[in-house]
Amino acid sequence: MTNSAPLPPPVSSRRMLATLGITALVSGVLVVSAYEINRPQIEANQRQALEQAVFRVLPGARTHRSFVVTDDQLRPLGDHHAEGVVVHAGYDRDGKLVGIAAEATARGYQDIIRLLYAYAPDCQCITGVYVLRNNETPGIGDKIATDPAFLANFRALAARLNSDRTALAHPIVAVKHGKKHAEWEIDAISGATVSSRAVGKALNDSAQTLVPVVQRQVTVLTRAPQEAP
Amino acid sequence: MTVPTGNPLPEVPPLTMDTLLQGVWRENPTLVMMLGMCPTMAVTNSLRNALAMGLATAFVLIGSNALVSMLRKLVPGTVRIATYIVIIASFTTVVDYAIQAISLTLYGALGAFIQLIVVNCIILGRAEAYASRRPVLHSVVNAAGVGIGFTLGLVMLGGVRELLGSGSLLGVPIFGPGFQPWVIMLLPPGGFFVLGSWLLLLNWLRGRRPGASPASVPVHNHGR
Repeated sequence: MTNSAPLPPPVSSRRMLATLGITALVSGVLVVSAYEINRPQIEANQRQALEQAVFRVLPGARTHRSFVVTDDQLRPLGDHHAEGVVVHAGYDRDGKLVGIAAEATARGYQDIIRLLYAYAPDCQCITGVYVLRNNETPGIGDKIATDPAFLANFRALAARLNSDRTALAHPIVAVKHGKKHAEWEIDAISGATVSSRAVGKALNDSAQTLVPVVQRQVTVLTRAPQEAP
Repeated sequence: MTVPTGNPLPEVPPLTMDTLLQGVWRENPTLVMMLGMCPTMAVTNSLRNALAMGLATAFVLIGSNALVSMLRKLVPGTVRIATYIVIIASFTTVVDYAIQAISLTLYGALGAFIQLIVVNCIILGRAEAYASRRPVLHSVVNAAGVGIGFTLGLVMLGGVRELLGSGSLLGVPIFGPGFQPWVIMLLPPGGFFVLGSWLLLLNWLRGRRPGASPASVPVHNHGR
């Protein structure tokens, strides 16, 4: 402000405080009511998105129940205030266990890639992968979500336990395009090796700890639907 | 009024069609003023995202301008920026929840740019330069015009980028399976190419009109 401009009359501190206080109050009412109005719909959307993803990686599943892995135990989600990795067990029309779906994450080319993968305890293999979130380069790295040849890797990707049942017998790895020889290897997308490797790393990191627990506690999963209300 | 006051616009001009159209075309925030470039470049990789971002910004613009205009005689100049930011942030949070309720896919696609509407210079600019000095109706109409103008700008970019970068519009394939998408159009450089091409075309059209020269168009160059 230059000296020649007429100075505005001084404002009392009380008026400034009152203005900011009232504005904050109005803002609070606005934000809280928007949150309360939208919350049921947002929660329904989140449930639906999760359910869609679970049923997508577990085709054939009609119902699902969620479990928490704590201290090498599988506990039904909601019964305990337990913290841990959440897995979703999917059941077919007759209540038979189809498989479990779990989340896996790894750092991709741009950002964290979040996946939901399906694991079938009876064949000890990964039977599907669905990309929940990726920020990979459009047209290159983001093919991990859509490329049919890449997704064919996960029709029956071996995730067998080693002899003492504490970890996977062979770590899951992505190998360069056309170099896949073993059934636990993922054939990477040509030109998107970094993103493909991230998928392999995500699956390996998650399966190494989860598969031993799931195999040990598979009875908890198979008898779950009878207990469900 | 004979006594000069600090207010440069003491008299309220009548509400005309121009109050609305000013922001849509002559002072279009994207295509003429070059404001709000950060969300413009970031979310216009598909028509749907562009439209959603434009409408979300327009809602915040109209809501905050209405409230700023309503409170214009009560808010002392010393705390006006803080007050405007709180008002804008509140409307942005409302939009944030509304989009989560409408579609989580859309919310994921727009990412952080919904929250960043708070610092969008178009909105703070309108609050400071227009709504703080005009009656509510004027402010709402003007904000609606600027909101439509911003949406129009984003849609013009998003439409072209989706058409060339994915070969589709609103997710519907246009060119058939034989089309090889120009991936570059979905990446940041594509945004600059398309915006540059639109500006070239519009300035050329403006220059052809008799009595108008491209040099007379006010060009503001702000960062965001």
